[in-house]
Amino acid sequence: MSAGTEKVTPAWLGAIPGVWLAVLFLIPFAIMLSVSVAHRVPGGFFEPGFEFTSYARLFTPFFGRILVTSILIAAGAALICVVLAFPFTVLLSGMRRRAQTLVLVILLAVLSLSEVIIGFSLSTLLSRTAGVGNLFAALGIIETSQAYTPGLFALMAGLCYLGFPYAVLVLYPPVSRLDPELGEAARSMGASPLRAFLTVTVPVLRAPILGALILVFVFTLGAYLLPQLLGRPRHWTLSVHITDQAIFQSNLPFAAAMAIMLLLVALAMVGLALLLGRQREAG
Amino acid sequence: MKPLGPLYVTLILILLAAPLVVVTGVSLNSAQSLRFPPQDLSLRWYGALFQQADWMGPLRNSVVIAALASALAVAVALPLALHVWVRGGWLSRALYTLGVAPFMLPPVITALGFLVFWVSLGMYGQFTATVVSHAVFLVTLPLVTISLGLQTIDPALIEAARVMGATRGKVLRTVVLPLVLPYMISGYAFAFVLSLNEYIIAYMVAGFTVETLPIKIFNSLRYGYTPIMGVVSVLFVVIAILVFGLIGRFGNLPRLLGAERLRE
Repeated sequence: MSAGTEKVTPAWLGAIPGVWLAVLFLIPFAIMLSVSVAHRVPGGFFEPGFEFTSYARLFTPFFGRILVTSILIAAGAALICVVLAFPFTVLLSGMRRRAQTLVLVILLAVLSLSEVIIGFSLSTLLSRTAGVGNLFAALGIIETSQAYTPGLFALMAGLCYLGFPYAVLVLYPPVSRLDPELGEAARSMGASPLRAFLTVTVPVLRAPILGALILVFVFTLGAYLLPQLLGRPRHWTLSVHITDQAIFQSNLPFAAAMAIMLLLVALAMVGLALLLGRQREAG
Repeated sequence: MKPLGPLYVTLILILLAAPLVVVTGVSLNSAQSLRFPPQDLSLRWYGALFQQADWMGPLRNSVVIAALASALAVAVALPLALHVWVRGGWLSRALYTLGVAPFMLPPVITALGFLVFWVSLGMYGQFTATVVSHAVFLVTLPLVTISLGLQTIDPALIEAARVMGATRGKVLRTVVLPLVLPYMISGYAFAFVLSLNEYIIAYMVAGFTVETLPIKIFNSLRYGYTPIMGVVSVLFVVIAILVFGLIGRFGNLPRLLGAERLRE
């Protein structure tokens, strides 16, 4: 790149990570692709073959229902996350550095938590004996404590818990690049803070917001434990079914076909998000 | 928005903390039941985690896997980041994308890829398989932090070293590596915490033979809840806050996460 760094490393250095990633990342995908067209041996594993039986199952009502459920749940969670996260991020990036660091530590800690732990924590929080039901009963809002899990509400709460820190961190760089004087200018012209936020901050960051929506959508689409821990079987998403087919139904070809489908959806969405990001850089 | 702003931030932080507070409370019950507020405060389940063999094993697995996998991830990320930084070009960009890709996709896809890969190699269910899979999956984190670190190096510094007659190996050892060392450490720490918490890949690759703590919790959830799960959750939250807190204390966390302007 620059003249000074030209010869610091030998050319072969890139070969080490190159070979490592090609072998351990690309080859697994190639094998997965070949498994998805392999012939399933019921009750056992699979034998090599070239057939589209597993892909044909993607066009059945069974899979259609899973796909629609997954998309609706992930899209709903992504929308809630971004709507909550955007004003939060704007406020965050206006704080002093120490306060920002503190909030970021909390967000990273929550973000890194295992889905198992998030699922366990939320089902405890929403349970009858240890949760908000107790609080509501004590406050006299409801007669006796009750459980709010499992169900769609619990699942959405879990996905938002999972997706919120991610949404903030995705929005954080573009929001922090925004010139704070922009909002101040609007306010000095007489706009109320809320009006300045809605008519200046939001439109200027339209592309990053859209990008964040897509990335959070893909992120929540990847949740595989929360639907099992907080939802009912009818709320199981594509990720859960892939695991289920691979491990418990021993149908690796079908699991692989579903994974390829999910991969294509995710790649298309991430590509779209990156494109939106690039437009922002250019514009 | 002036008075509402801080209120909103506080409210969200309280909501984020609520499940963790309840879980902490639950872990302090003395009886094997989930009560909140806890009854008869006791630390007995904290002792149990480190004494009961069926929890000790997964604890040891998790820590060893996280330590090895993160080291491996840094070892791969460092040459990759250096190569991209020094050479550029489409090949470098392709390599960088390959390094970031596992993290952008739903993890179940990567997990299934590893499953069929290790099955084909006959290594399904082995400890090594989990370590290597985690290392590949988590390479993104040190890659991003080290690349950020390299960007902060002033090229004039390297030029000066070269003009003074340092060989390129010497420049690398005495100028570049010391400057990116903090970024390597934070990359390692990020990867370590995420490996500890990772479930789906560990489960798909060796879930029935190499039990990690998240797998152990999920398996025991089926037989009912015990306060020991609360203990593990508290442990993980504490480790995460400690690690990210240290990075925040000694490094520039906002900068690491992509902020550009900062008010002191």
